[in-house]
Amino acid sequence: MLSENAKKEIEREMAKYPEKRAVILAALHLVQKEEGWISQDAMEEVASLLDLTPIEVREVTSFYTMFNMRPVGNHHLQVCTNLSCALMNGRGVVEYIQRKLGIEVGETTGDERFTLSTVECLGSCGTAPMMQIGDDYHENLSEPKIDSILETLK
Amino acid sequence: MELYLTKNFGKPNAIAMAGYLKHGGYRALRKVLKKMEPKDVVEEVKDSGLRGRGGAGFPTGLKWSFMPQETDGPKYIACNADESEPGTFKDREFLEKEPQMMIEGLIISAYAMGVNTCYIYIRGEYATQTKILQQALAEAYEKKFLGRNILGSGFDCDIYVHRGAGAYICGEETGLMESIEGKKGQPRKKPPFPANFGLWGRPTTVNNVETFAQVPHIINKGASWFRGIGTEKSTGNTIFGVSGHVNKPGAYELPLGYGLKDLIYKDAGGIRNGRELKAVIPGGSSVKVLPADRIDVPLDHDSLTNAGSSLGTGAVIVMDDTTCMVRVGVVLAHFYRHESCGQCTNCREGSAWLHQLMVGIENGQGKIEDLDLLMDVADSLEGSSICALADAAAWPVQGLVTHFRDEFEEHIKTGKCTSPDSFRI
Ligand SMILES: Cc1cc2nc3c(=O)[nH]c(=O)nc-3n(C[C@H](O)[C@H](O)[C@H](O)COP(=O)(O)O)c2cc1C
Ligand code: SF4
Ligand code: FES
Repeated sequence: MLSENAKKEIEREMAKYPEKRAVILAALHLVQKEEGWISQDAMEEVASLLDLTPIEVREVTSFYTMFNMRPVGNHHLQVCTNLSCALMNGRGVVEYIQRKLGIEVGETTGDERFTLSTVECLGSCGTAPMMQIGDDYHENLSEPKIDSILETLK
Repeated sequence: MELYLTKNFGKPNAIAMAGYLKHGGYRALRKVLKKMEPKDVVEEVKDSGLRGRGGAGFPTGLKWSFMPQETDGPKYIACNADESEPGTFKDREFLEKEPQMMIEGLIISAYAMGVNTCYIYIRGEYATQTKILQQALAEAYEKKFLGRNILGSGFDCDIYVHRGAGAYICGEETGLMESIEGKKGQPRKKPPFPANFGLWGRPTTVNNVETFAQVPHIINKGASWFRGIGTEKSTGNTIFGVSGHVNKPGAYELPLGYGLKDLIYKDAGGIRNGRELKAVIPGGSSVKVLPADRIDVPLDHDSLTNAGSSLGTGAVIVMDDTTCMVRVGVVLAHFYRHESCGQCTNCREGSAWLHQLMVGIENGQGKIEDLDLLMDVADSLEGSSICALADAAAWPVQGLVTHFRDEFEEHIKTGKCTSPDSFRI
């Protein structure tokens, strides 16, 4: 269930648009912020708030890669593997994290702390290789830098 | 050479209203509201020769003139801050370092087109930049540069931020509009064009972040000043983003028409580890690659088109002589396959096929005939679908196979990569 605050935020968002439906991405972002992923229940709740059917909400949710259709760990490590990062050894970043955490891409650690994904270009090509964790970008990655980032997330 | 876009980037307070005002910010808006008719603003921008900085290079003033002047309902502007073209990271500079510049440009544009409501569509991953932008907008409202009766002029304007959620195709202007409306970001068939039928069926103009950021400077210093920078048909400065195998990757403000060779060797410090250059993608992942012997070219629209590539977003991706071009092909083909919105059969199937063929060659299962097949599939994608993503999937493949055919053949014959030190995928 969405918090009262989130529902108020959704109300406020509605004032920006001539149609309620335009709020759907904002609403899904709020759901994901509170719950970490977008469950069927959450999609039904968003649907009822916006006068849509659950399938209409599911169609939109699944179109956008940022929305997790399955639960993820507390920290979602998203490593860019597009060209500029790949040229700067983005694959090495992925492999290092795989070894360090003992998981493959798409998996979550047993303690549910970390999920590892690969993503397309995030607009940090000049500071490659990079990854995003939550809202934060981590750029110019090296093995020691990855170590210290993961250390602070414990 | 005069820097005007990035001059104050990184200076104390440039990110806040106080700093922007100290550097002469919002003089252009005052001038426009006091002394210029909307149509004069459109004329000034037309005269400046400004071309859109989002990738297609369409003349901005001309685009604005397509908006109907008198309407009996709302008109909209959408500022495209989706910035998802691989290699591109320039709009981020504006958003992070001096957001008021593009906001001022957006308000002036709204006045010019008689628009009272603007949306900034920002990619969902730019969470930090979204916060900066929200703060910047709040400051602009506080100073009465936004809202009702701006600076006593009688002109009203609201700007709202709309966050995307991860989909390259939402940078395409009609995909963007669908996404603002709360739908899947699937591009619309054109015509009707956005100037007549855009957001919620109303007249709408879409421009890139950097395009708006140019506007206050044109108003302050005049169209002829702007025309004096760059080349005859590509005017003004732009921010080039250099990435890949250079010593100093980063964002460089330079006039259009600046030499690609100088950008790589002088500004960006040359090739890393003293290696040789192999190839450059000069305008973001969607444009055709240039081999090292073709980089003596000015970075403007016409010159790059004549050189068989395109200026695109001015995102320069540099590859040294360790780089395996088949792997470059796999990475790029994967991207377009992943990002095809799926509504045109040829784009959906064709982009998947290109990727499959590239992967086959990379894995040592390629056949010589695959090279002609790659070209045939790419050719069939060009100009045959609802939006330009299909073309964007075709061009990199055509460029790679044309210029590096020997390397592809070698890879197919030996079944493995010819560059032992290449980046891995
Ligand atoms: C697949 C695709 C993705 C695009 N992505 C972007 C983008 O991220 N940012 C952008 O400004 N333009 C993008 N464009 C170009 C827009 O459709 C449009 O031309 C541009 O925003 C217009 O602004 P301008 O005239 O100021 O350049 C994209 C186009 C296509 C076909
Ligand atoms: S060309 Fe591709 S991305 Fe564009 S509308 Fe058609 S299927 Fe979608
Ligand atoms: S290629 Fe990795 S951020 Fe652009």
